[in-house]
Amino acid sequence: MPVTVRIPQPLRNLTGDKSTVSAAGSTLSTLVSELESAYPGIRERLLDDAGDLRRFVNVYVNGDDVRFLDGLATTLKDGDEVSIVPAVAGG
Amino acid sequence: MSNAKSLRCRECHREYPLAALHVCEFCFGPLEVAYDYDAIRRSVSRTTVANGPASLWRYRDFLPCDPDAAVDIGAGFTPLIHARNLGKALGLRRLYIKNDTVNPTWSFKDRVVAVASTRARELGFTRLACASTGNLANSVSAHAAAAAMEAVVFIPHDLEANKVLGSSVYGPTLVKVRGNYDAVNRLCAELAGAYGWAFVNVNVRPYYSEGSKTLGFEVAEQLGWRAPDHCVVPIASGSLFVKIRKGLDELAQAGLIDEPKTRMSGAQAAGCSPVATAWAEGSMNFRPQRPNTIAKSLAIGNPADGYYSLVQLRDTDGACASVTDDEIVAGMKLLAETEGVFAETAGGVTVASLRQLTAAGHIQPDELTVAFITGAGFKTVEPLEGALRPALEIDPTVESFQDAYRTLQPTEAVA
Repeated sequence: MPVTVRIPQPLRNLTGDKSTVSAAGSTLSTLVSELESAYPGIRERLLDDAGDLRRFVNVYVNGDDVRFLDGLATTLKDGDEVSIVPAVAGG
Repeated sequence: MSNAKSLRCRECHREYPLAALHVCEFCFGPLEVAYDYDAIRRSVSRTTVANGPASLWRYRDFLPCDPDAAVDIGAGFTPLIHARNLGKALGLRRLYIKNDTVNPTWSFKDRVVAVASTRARELGFTRLACASTGNLANSVSAHAAAAAMEAVVFIPHDLEANKVLGSSVYGPTLVKVRGNYDAVNRLCAELAGAYGWAFVNVNVRPYYSEGSKTLGFEVAEQLGWRAPDHCVVPIASGSLFVKIRKGLDELAQAGLIDEPKTRMSGAQAAGCSPVATAWAEGSMNFRPQRPNTIAKSLAIGNPADGYYSLVQLRDTDGACASVTDDEIVAGMKLLAETEGVFAETAGGVTVASLRQLTAAGHIQPDELTVAFITGAGFKTVEPLEGALRPALEIDPTVESFQDAYRTLQPTEAVA
């Protein structure tokens, strides 16, 4: 189930400078594992030691903050767009 | 020349050059400006500050940009008012109002934009941009005009009419986004990676946010070089709340005041209260909210400095209030009627929060308390419709006036 993942500037050194990548995953959690196999090192940038999303990472599925959805358990379907955005902006 | 020496991640302390960067590449933590405090201590004194200009540039030693190349439309050094009437109404004997409604574009955002635009120009940018609830867009538009830079400002589509006008008049590219502020902010975070512009509150945010420290500097100087006992500050992103305290701490570090013991309390609208809600629940992790409040300048449901605001509330023995829309309007009226200061809705939030925190015993009557009033009332007139005393409309005759006035003062004798 390929979804499009938008990669923020700070992670593009892991994705060969690509700003969007395609990956599979039935949930956000499995998507992160898939990304880790394709782009080693990305998991520890997104998740903290406890395996939760880092405090300063926002993830959106089709524009909705996953903290309004089911967090890492949020289900994904074909064609979804996942955006990873640094939380520290604005105000 | 400035005394800034690097950017440093607030979380993992990795260091970065003084470039247009705002996020730690490793942990996504916020980058902050680190200074050479020895150099600051050598160069600054109460006298050098007092001899400086009547603007925020009197604190040039503490700012991360070259003050001699400042984009200066006169931001800062606003009045600190001993609010005796409001204090009496609330039961506070030593209440002060920091009146930041009188900045060049009528909000505290001129402080952050003065610093951000100066630094952006130093870094070679020709275009300023921002995600804004209105006040910031006003200020970016004005500073860009004065600096002969282009401005592209992004706002939610449903702002107050005067907040929109207050940007348009300076001639920016004004973009109304069909979404709330959090959507605007996310969009700009993504655009900042794609366009080589200085988004003042995204890629230039470490410099921008330093401008808010000047509120802390000014209050301490205006109190005769001492920190207040208690500050009450509106919380939107939380950056202002955190940086006011940082300003006080830096003055102590530079030897200009004693170590501050200032308690920091927050003010939010009930319709957008992620920090107040987490605080009430005793949690250090806020949950984002979908805002629904007349205090649109505070309508940030996913505040960037929400976590640090909670840490500061805890560490300074503060408290965080949340107040209803009706209380906000009542707060705007109370401030205007007692002190002659017409504040926007955010000021109503602050005054209503002062009342709530005092009634709950969080603020003591003898604490030297400063309430920060951050934007002017003419920006947000819509919520006042129907809430104010109507005018008397009369014919131009003495009788007509007497008839009309008698309805208000039936017993007053006329000579």
